[in-house]
Amino acid sequence: MNAANTLTPAVTQGRPPSGGRVRSGRRVADRTLRIACTLATLLGAVVLGSILLMLIIEGLRGFSATLLTQPTPGPGSEGGGIANAVLGSLVLTFIGIVVATPIGVMAGTYLAEYGRGSKLADVIRFLNDVLLSAPSILIGLFVYTLMVRPMGSYSGWAGGVALAIIATPVIVRTTEDMLRLVPGSLREAGAALGAPPSRVIMSVTWRAASAGIVTGVILALARIAGETAPLLFTALNNNSWFSANLMGGIANLPVMIYQFALSPYPNWQGLAWAGALLITVAILALSMVARLVVKSERAR
Amino acid sequence: MSASPAVSAQLSGRSQANANAPVRIAVKNLDFYYGSFHGLKNVNLNFHDRQVTALIGPSGCGKSTLLRTFNRIYSLYPEQRADGEILLDGQNILDPKVDLNELRARVGMVFQKPTPFPMSIYDNVAFGLRLYERLPKADLDLRVEESLRKAALWDEVKDKLKQSGMGLSGGQQQRLCIARTVAQRPEVILFDEPTSALDPISTGRIEELIEQLRDEFTIAIVTHNMQQAARISQFTAFMYLGELVEFGPTTRIFMNPEKRQTQDYITGRFG
Amino acid sequence: MASLTEEIALAHPEATRIRRPPSKGLDGVFRGAAYASAIIVLLVLAGILASIAYGGWPAFREFGPGFITSTSWNIGTEQFGAWVAIVGTLASALIALLIGVPLSLGIAVYLTQLCPGWARKPVAMTIELLAAVPSIIYGMWGLFIFAPLFARFVQVPVSNLVEGLPIVGTLLYARVPSGVGILTAGIILAIMIVPFVASITRDMLDQIPTILRESAYGIGCTTWEVVRHVLVPQASVSIIGAIMLGLGRALGETMAVTFVIGNANRLSASIFDPGSTIASRIANEFNEADGMQLNALMALGCILFVVTFIVLIVARLLVRRVKVA
Repeated sequence: MNAANTLTPAVTQGRPPSGGRVRSGRRVADRTLRIACTLATLLGAVVLGSILLMLIIEGLRGFSATLLTQPTPGPGSEGGGIANAVLGSLVLTFIGIVVATPIGVMAGTYLAEYGRGSKLADVIRFLNDVLLSAPSILIGLFVYTLMVRPMGSYSGWAGGVALAIIATPVIVRTTEDMLRLVPGSLREAGAALGAPPSRVIMSVTWRAASAGIVTGVILALARIAGETAPLLFTALNNNSWFSANLMGGIANLPVMIYQFALSPYPNWQGLAWAGALLITVAILALSMVARLVVKSERAR
Repeated sequence: MSASPAVSAQLSGRSQANANAPVRIAVKNLDFYYGSFHGLKNVNLNFHDRQVTALIGPSGCGKSTLLRTFNRIYSLYPEQRADGEILLDGQNILDPKVDLNELRARVGMVFQKPTPFPMSIYDNVAFGLRLYERLPKADLDLRVEESLRKAALWDEVKDKLKQSGMGLSGGQQQRLCIARTVAQRPEVILFDEPTSALDPISTGRIEELIEQLRDEFTIAIVTHNMQQAARISQFTAFMYLGELVEFGPTTRIFMNPEKRQTQDYITGRFG
Repeated sequence: MASLTEEIALAHPEATRIRRPPSKGLDGVFRGAAYASAIIVLLVLAGILASIAYGGWPAFREFGPGFITSTSWNIGTEQFGAWVAIVGTLASALIALLIGVPLSLGIAVYLTQLCPGWARKPVAMTIELLAAVPSIIYGMWGLFIFAPLFARFVQVPVSNLVEGLPIVGTLLYARVPSGVGILTAGIILAIMIVPFVASITRDMLDQIPTILRESAYGIGCTTWEVVRHVLVPQASVSIIGAIMLGLGRALGETMAVTFVIGNANRLSASIFDPGSTIASRIANEFNEADGMQLNALMALGCILFVVTFIVLIVARLLVRRVKVA
């Protein structure tokens, strides 16, 4: 601005005499913005740091040799572990992702490959985006009405279905986005060899988008691994040794953490912290892996 | 007044047009629409067996549009449609009853940008073969080798058939795409500006290749490069604003054009 | 290479051709499966609405419009009203926006304008990892780390300061300074929505053509002026959409809120006092509920559904295509 002032006297003359103050006001506003933005970012980093620090300190305290070998102990008793909850969570997450992946990938494929320009596809795309951010507790209520009440008991199946409903929109969305990044020339080249659309999709388009689709599945996995609210009304924690009977309630990490963390027993609280550390490390690791998959794909 | 010396120099030393060769593709009263835009206007044209026919003209003249009707690749896009007749060996391929996949196996296409599939070199070449012919492994190997040889790529890739086709250079990728098309033993091969994304050396190799492929296939090539058309084609069609302005043996089109517009284009006065 | 020559001879078009076109059946099956999967997404959403409306219907019929405005929640007398939970939900979400939005915008501006190149990726990654942390972990952090500090360094001093003053003396007075309450829930929600709003805003700012920014700097604008007069107006619609998305999350968040809101069933005028939200009430009572209480909880879910879906639909209309949030 200084250069402008000296070069164009008309402008300087037109300015009020308080021009100097205006400039310093601008500088103050600018500096305030810079400091505020930096502080906001720092605050974010501090929160993440303190969450991780809390989990590490409290979680390691709750660690013991029997953590992953023994089931959850009774109220007030010592020892025990969270093996049943870990196993249960693995089973529920597995059911969720196994159900959600084919549906999600196929629905995403429909939106990207068949649904171009169709009104129905626009509506489904939009509602999928809405479902993506729908409160998960409502999905719990839905699955409760759909499965728990008719079947008469909480069940592993109901928990798995609830998680699948949460995972599906994530997979639909990433699959569609990734398929849209595949250049149309590749589809044309496939069709030009006489391959029917399904063959072009399965052998060419999916393959070209594979890293992105895998990323979507990993993100969905990370999303459902820590979900608690929908499991409260579907799988619930039956506090017993892991049973393969998915018709009954099934112990799982998030609900165990919820119940034990708020319990009055120090042993239970310790186990809740250990579980929290375990689940957070797993989820952060999954998110990082998802990022790396995308990065390695872009580098290619 | 005829073509510039640079272009006419390209005309010497190439095989001459054989107008007595049988007609493989006969285009009759062809109109083409992108939605409401009239892309081709009443085009009539013959493509002769085992001859290279070049389609030239300024951008947007409809040369690519015309090429894309021969395998009906345009029908991937619902808003595009063609009216009229295109006879491939006497059969009208615009007939809705025509099986598009079979048609495309008979009429191969090589695109402007190389489009290797994200799979191994071998699988790229075998892709179309696996679709249409159930071959024992040994025969498949043979056909892949034959196709890569015809595309002048065999010597460069024979030791890395299992590697990804995406790892090849641009020129190699384009020859891989040619091998992939040749493997299906089509009757006609369409080239849509196949060298516009390549360097001069790769371009030279592709041109040599097209010259060799002419022994076996009927070839149509779209090019914006007049010297290329002069170098490799026996027949040339000049298009402008969706209409076919002039068609004839390449030598005549370049040395002795009948129409004023053709004259202006090949002498570089517009386009 | 005799065989190769034979092969080449075979390639002549005149030669017999054995072509077996790929079967049409598989193509139809594949297309049908893709279509059916897409329809499932539609059915799930319809199912959610239908099941909650069905479950909540008896409560709406029993209490009428008074269900929304009634403040009583009495399990013994089976008198249920949604007002306390609605107020708690709206208040905590509003607090979350008031705190979270400036933070998010600040982070987005820092990442796009101020951050040195080498630090951009790790800082962005840190913020995005915050989005991956499960909500129950935020709940534990809020209850065990944040709430005690908040009680000691904010609630107690502020309560002592404002005691007896009009308005603020009510609004900011903690009867029991335990650290939990509506304000704490709002703060935790703010932290939870920051990564979403910040990363969408960052993407939107990144999409603004560099030339626009450069020409603004070129005529001597300060960073503040570029942000205020060039970037924010350009991206404003998308930023509002991002904020709405954040609001949608804040309204429906369950576990973190359940940990820190105190789960009180009565209405308090002070934001330091415990309260409850629709989601926290459902999470707390649903498993033990039956009869009319269950219907009332479903009816609460119905209200939450309608409110969040309106917010989310507006948000998605404003931010047409944002990355998976």
